[in-house]
Amino acid sequence: MSARYSATRTSLRTASIMLVFTAVFTTLMASTYTYTRPAIEASMQDAQMRLIDEVLPPGSYDNALLDDMVRVGPTPAIGLEDGGRIWRARKGGEPVALIVETAASDGYAGRIAMVVAINTNGLLSGVRVTAHKETPGLGDYIDPKKDRRKDMPWIGQFAVATWKGVNTAEWTVRKDGGTFGYRTGATISARAVVRAVGRATAWAVEHQDALFSAPAGSTLGAQP
Amino acid sequence: MTPQQFRDISYNGLWKQNAGLAQLLGLCPILAISTSMVNAVSLGLATILVMALANLAVSALRNFIPYEIRIPVFILIIAALVTVVDLSFNAFLHDLYLVLGIFIPLIVTNCIVLARVEAYAAKNDPLTSTVDGIMMGIGLVWVLALLGGIRELLGAGTLFSGIEMIVPGLSAWNVFGDDYPGFLIAILPPGAFFALGCLIAAFNAINANLAARARRRPPTAPAAETPPAEPAATS
Repeated sequence: MSARYSATRTSLRTASIMLVFTAVFTTLMASTYTYTRPAIEASMQDAQMRLIDEVLPPGSYDNALLDDMVRVGPTPAIGLEDGGRIWRARKGGEPVALIVETAASDGYAGRIAMVVAINTNGLLSGVRVTAHKETPGLGDYIDPKKDRRKDMPWIGQFAVATWKGVNTAEWTVRKDGGTFGYRTGATISARAVVRAVGRATAWAVEHQDALFSAPAGSTLGAQP
Repeated sequence: MTPQQFRDISYNGLWKQNAGLAQLLGLCPILAISTSMVNAVSLGLATILVMALANLAVSALRNFIPYEIRIPVFILIIAALVTVVDLSFNAFLHDLYLVLGIFIPLIVTNCIVLARVEAYAAKNDPLTSTVDGIMMGIGLVWVLALLGGIRELLGAGTLFSGIEMIVPGLSAWNVFGDDYPGFLIAILPPGAFFALGCLIAAFNAINANLAARARRRPPTAPAAETPPAEPAATS
């Protein structure tokens, strides 16, 4: 009887100690989270702004770009199976450019996420790859940080492409009869990015008016 | 802590029980992160921080942790500390966090931390435990630096690529010039195994060499200069 009593007591004691440890360390984590959250949110906004500055010249618009954002529902046409975000740049209230999140699902190693800035006249302003798993040293030149040609990064060629100047069939790499260059040995990554940028540009130009007139912070439904 | 203890802990951490070469407990980060020297060393530095904190915390609390539930409690402590380090990096060292962000949570799964906590910190006082954590971490860092350096040099022909994310203004050293064609397998996972295998072979060869030399030495030689290291209290 006393052995059972002692076993119960031991279990209860052990469980209470475990409970105390859990409570103490959860409190530690929760308070760190609360304490660091404002700083983390500010850093994330900074990082997002830096990314946008890379694709759209900061002087070309005058609105609070990060706040002038709409969400879109699932839009397979531009690779957004789970939806994405679109920022609207305006100057003096007039539309200037759209910054569209998009993705290519046909990279060499899965999904390539990017942001594309498209001026209202169909002129591409810039493209940056934000997440990818392409082979290091081979296909990862699509990310200018990993591109070994620092003077003329591959991704820079989009800055001169216009939607009207390049017709639909030419939105691919030269190897397939398109307009865009690629680096020898890694065509697949480049092809995936070029095609996705082409799709995003066409989609943005087509839906431009609806995208600019939607109220900031709203969510557009699923797009065809 | 006596100077002798300090020497033993350092020797164990930096060489004899090196986490990367002898205990082979850090394979997950070693293989995944060592594609470039900067990545490898950065994660190593974060690991040092977590190991020192985890050893300190466990050692300070060791008398309150029942033996039966020590492993869950250790994991709880390590996971909480990693979360705190992760959030603090994100908030206060955001640029470094962008490089290391995805790897910091991986430290939880790193067996080295749990192994040192269980084998050392749970039995020793806070000061020596902290020193042990730091030394084990430094031991891992030099192996990671060497491995990352070898892989980056062979694979991409550069060293210190990505340094600008940590120290703005510095740039990578293009050792073999722009025309280096690259040696892809060094960067891919198999390259990590090959390079680590070579490092372990070299480590074992050096140890065997040292042992053979120690045996050849006549017993009358002044024994005071290198007393044989204590067998690790922890292995």
